[in-house]
Amino acid sequence: MLASTNGHRQQARRAAYPARYSAFGLLRRGLTHTDWPPAWRAHPLKGSYDVVIVGGGVHGLAAAYYLAANHGITDVAVLDKGYMGSGGSGRNTAILRSNYLTPEGVRFYDRSIQLYRRLAADLDFNVMFSQRGHLTLAHSDSSLRTMRWRAEVNKAQGVDSDVIGPAEIKRLAPFLDVGAGARYPVLGALWHPPGGIIRHDAVVWGYARGADALGVHIHQNTEVTGIDVAGGRVRGVRTSRGDIATPIVLNATAGWSTLISDMAGVPMPIQTFPLQAAVTEPVKPFLSTVIVSGTLHVYISQTDRGELVFGASVDPFTSYSMRGSLEFIEGLAGHVLELMPALVKVRVLRQWAGLCDMTPDFSPVMGHTTVEGFLVDAGWGTYGFKAGPVSGEAMARCIATGQVPEIIAAFSLERFASGALVGEKGAAAVGH
Amino acid sequence: MILLPCAWCGPRDASEFQHVGEVVARPDPAAASPAQWRGYLYLRANPCGWTTETWYHRMGCRRYIRVERHTETNEVRAVHPAGVSDT
Repeated sequence: MLASTNGHRQQARRAAYPARYSAFGLLRRGLTHTDWPPAWRAHPLKGSYDVVIVGGGVHGLAAAYYLAANHGITDVAVLDKGYMGSGGSGRNTAILRSNYLTPEGVRFYDRSIQLYRRLAADLDFNVMFSQRGHLTLAHSDSSLRTMRWRAEVNKAQGVDSDVIGPAEIKRLAPFLDVGAGARYPVLGALWHPPGGIIRHDAVVWGYARGADALGVHIHQNTEVTGIDVAGGRVRGVRTSRGDIATPIVLNATAGWSTLISDMAGVPMPIQTFPLQAAVTEPVKPFLSTVIVSGTLHVYISQTDRGELVFGASVDPFTSYSMRGSLEFIEGLAGHVLELMPALVKVRVLRQWAGLCDMTPDFSPVMGHTTVEGFLVDAGWGTYGFKAGPVSGEAMARCIATGQVPEIIAAFSLERFASGALVGEKGAAAVGH
Repeated sequence: MILLPCAWCGPRDASEFQHVGEVVARPDPAAASPAQWRGYLYLRANPCGWTTETWYHRMGCRRYIRVERHTETNEVRAVHPAGVSDT
């Protein structure tokens, strides 16, 4: 086993399964009409594992992958009640950025961007990361002040962010209405060149395939029904497919995380809100940046297929429902047209919702809990997808060494007792 | 569209209301421990199922109502007025 942090690339290459993806392999399989093997295998559920990860999204799968790749812990099971990426990992708007407000947040999300940058090579899977730049619009003096604040914090942490004016914004996004006559005039923007979009399904599948190749068992359609705790520590997990004895359980279930933590008797300061998004019919490429407006509660990007992806703030009340609503899409369309009037005839193809596990300070809850062996990686609210790789890396180290890595020390559950909250509301959410 | 049965106005669209949230008992300020205050401030049951919660009829009678709602189906089962002090 390679001990170095980034040794997983060589290790994945050595694995017999699955076949490596390459141009030559594509040609050979095309000529011989042979199917690709499944990206990961199905296994019978064992009676015990060293580590059980609940939640088969980007966080759970990344933790499993880095446990195997960085720490040599391969007796790991990833359980999901649905399919891999059926929760927030397949429902977000795939935006990556690190232009946060607190030094702790900036350092953390910047590490994630660094991991994302080389993820395709590490996983041998095309994750289609496009670092096209990210614009957060300011429509008022107060939001412009927040942008300046964020830009300075970012620069101090070595992250590329700057405040730009309407002329520069118009150059970057010609279809944006930056005229003074707009109902919400654009006064400036936080320009963050490292930000961009990625193919979120590919990230999930790449991590699942990489973890499987290193020996991790991936169990889909396996719902956790209970967690056995005795003497203050975790003993096992009960599932719809049988019981598992394990000393370590990681809760990486985002919107459902309080339900899993309740099984272990760990109360968490989290409430679940739906967040809706929508996508339009494909049009020719015209938008080369990600556009965000906190005032208008909207973010816009154009995919490689040409569809426009719209996201919003969370719904105004708690719910586990993942149904879209008409009032959402009406409001969203109005806000998008406010920014880009030229889109008036573009049709929305579909809308959907995902679940967001909101914490009071808009920062995650990560690390150990009062129950020994029960770890949480939750409270991901509206910003979980972009943090997948760094969270997986940090939680894997947390599990393997028993020590909390410095990069997530600020996000402990303890902070709600000590009062040392990590306030990211001004940078993490658009609904403020 | 979700209709909430306001005790004073009858069934009204949920968009007229502000979601105040789960009913949580306020501890006695004179006797509460820091842990109790923390629970009151931050901890919620967040159930996937029936919950009792307070809504404020912001764009209507501007009074508070108490509703039982299923958080997965958004079905509303019962309603009765809530005193302002209960929120």
